[in-house]
Amino acid sequence: MQEIVGMQEIVGMNANETDLLIVGAGPAGMAAAVTARSHGLSVRVVDDQPTPGGQIWRGIETVAATPRLARLGEAYRAGAEKAAAFRACGALYEPDSQLWQIEPGFRAFLTREGQARRVAARAIILATGAQERPAPFPGWTLPGVLTVGAAQILLKTANSVPSSPVWIAGCGPLPLLYMTQLLAAGGTIAGFLDTMPRGRIGAALRHLPQGLGRLGDLAKGLLWSLALKRAGFPIIRHVAELRAAGEGRLESLHYRTQEGREGEVAAEVLLIHEGVVPSIHVPLALGCAVSWHAGQHCYVPELDGWGETSQANVFVAGDGAGIGGAEAAEPRGRIAALRVAARLGRLGEGSADAAARTERARLARALALRPFLDALYAPRPQVFAPVDETLVCRCEEVTAGELRARAVQGRPGPNQIKAFTRAGMGPCQGRQCGYTMAHIIAAAQQRPVGEVGFQRIRPPLKPVTLGELASLDEREPAA
Amino acid sequence: MFRKLHDPGAQAVTVLIDGQPVIAELGESVAAVLLRQPEAWSRTTPVSQSPRAPYCMMGVCFECLVEVDGLGSVQGCLTPVRNGMRIARQQGPRRLSACRKLSACRKLSA
Repeated sequence: MQEIVGMQEIVGMNANETDLLIVGAGPAGMAAAVTARSHGLSVRVVDDQPTPGGQIWRGIETVAATPRLARLGEAYRAGAEKAAAFRACGALYEPDSQLWQIEPGFRAFLTREGQARRVAARAIILATGAQERPAPFPGWTLPGVLTVGAAQILLKTANSVPSSPVWIAGCGPLPLLYMTQLLAAGGTIAGFLDTMPRGRIGAALRHLPQGLGRLGDLAKGLLWSLALKRAGFPIIRHVAELRAAGEGRLESLHYRTQEGREGEVAAEVLLIHEGVVPSIHVPLALGCAVSWHAGQHCYVPELDGWGETSQANVFVAGDGAGIGGAEAAEPRGRIAALRVAARLGRLGEGSADAAARTERARLARALALRPFLDALYAPRPQVFAPVDETLVCRCEEVTAGELRARAVQGRPGPNQIKAFTRAGMGPCQGRQCGYTMAHIIAAAQQRPVGEVGFQRIRPPLKPVTLGELASLDEREPAA
Repeated sequence: MFRKLHDPGAQAVTVLIDGQPVIAELGESVAAVLLRQPEAWSRTTPVSQSPRAPYCMMGVCFECLVEVDGLGSVQGCLTPVRNGMRIARQQGPRRLSACRKLSACRKLSA
């Protein structure tokens, strides 16, 4: 990894100027950086994590040197050489950095170790990935309730597992993968509450023909499922409703299936997962147009064939462009980087087109099974319609009932309800309540959710202290 | 709530959580260390003072806000531990005094 001073010598530029600013050092960001560097662009990659790899390859550089690598699986292992290629590509890599504002031009503002700085860039690739879809239910704020993704990060980066047999609830490939990894690591599972509704396999099968080239992925999923069945812990199907309870921490868990079967179990840790959604806060703050993706139940930025948004020279690559996984993220990153290289005159249009054709073929192969997976693992309807007592906004502690009551008074939109109730005003800035709020408004006003829109996202994108702002060596340019 | 599967060995560091010394591993996050404590919570909320614990571990839920070396509202899941780090569970809203070490804050609160 180059330090800032070394990098200045290499690219011969001011340390605060770059051709291309990439936000996020996961599969898309790293692939984009390698491609852009190969065409001679100066590249700066900022990421809020301490090491490269994004969420899928969290901690890969450390874990790769340990025996733990084997039990995390092939897809994880593949990250080691990607991270090495990224380290060697000559991009200026800034870990532990929080991006909190981008102004037109572009001027990006970030904070690292309590110091704020401004970076000028000619083009931006947002490779900020995805987050787990918030799936609120009563008691989901209790200590002891975490996401499956959180537990997987704890396994990868801290080699930690739940200390007692763990309950897992949800739907999607991630719970199956995590349970497989957890058992391999020596953890124990109390039971799996499978929230996939009845009839999903039939609904998904019509998307299978186009995914036939990806039978290997399907086989992998089936093998996980079979191995988990053999492990012998209870698997309860068609779970529709969850309720966690306890005094100051999780103590018990109540569930109810679609068929009306109920159960209550003691629990210390519950892990939940209801799919993932693109991180769209930065594109929204930049005024990039987004549209509703019916298959993935989320907003995605509107992009052209190069990943460029409605704002010129702002690109989105990776899961932030729509959920596609790491294998789709990499070609998306390279395609965007090729376009930036051509824009900045480092690559002929024809050469960019030719190189992009190969990457688009890769992307199409990587996405072939996606409609099948989207249909199979579509979130259960209860995810979007939590019972009244549920805290929807974790930060400001606003319940579903309060939002419902407001939503029928004069047809307000998300920004008005935010102003009335404070939902979405806390430090997470709507990352945990935005979609639930949109669904509650849509249901109350009998409108399609895609029409309701998301809360307006304003800077700072991450909380900034006055001290950090004061540390910014910022003078207004002379008029 | 969570347990570590290996002994940190040479990578072991000592951090203070609310004044109590705790063994951690260099490179792991403050939130990961908190989740291994008998009291695994990280903060109480400003609205109802209910306890919260790390939830997403990737920087999007802000439930792991703690004071680190006197600075308030630090995201524990994005903060790797260092030897001697002072971690305090954050009770309610961030205290202004928590940022006194920054001269700009001192000026503002004076």
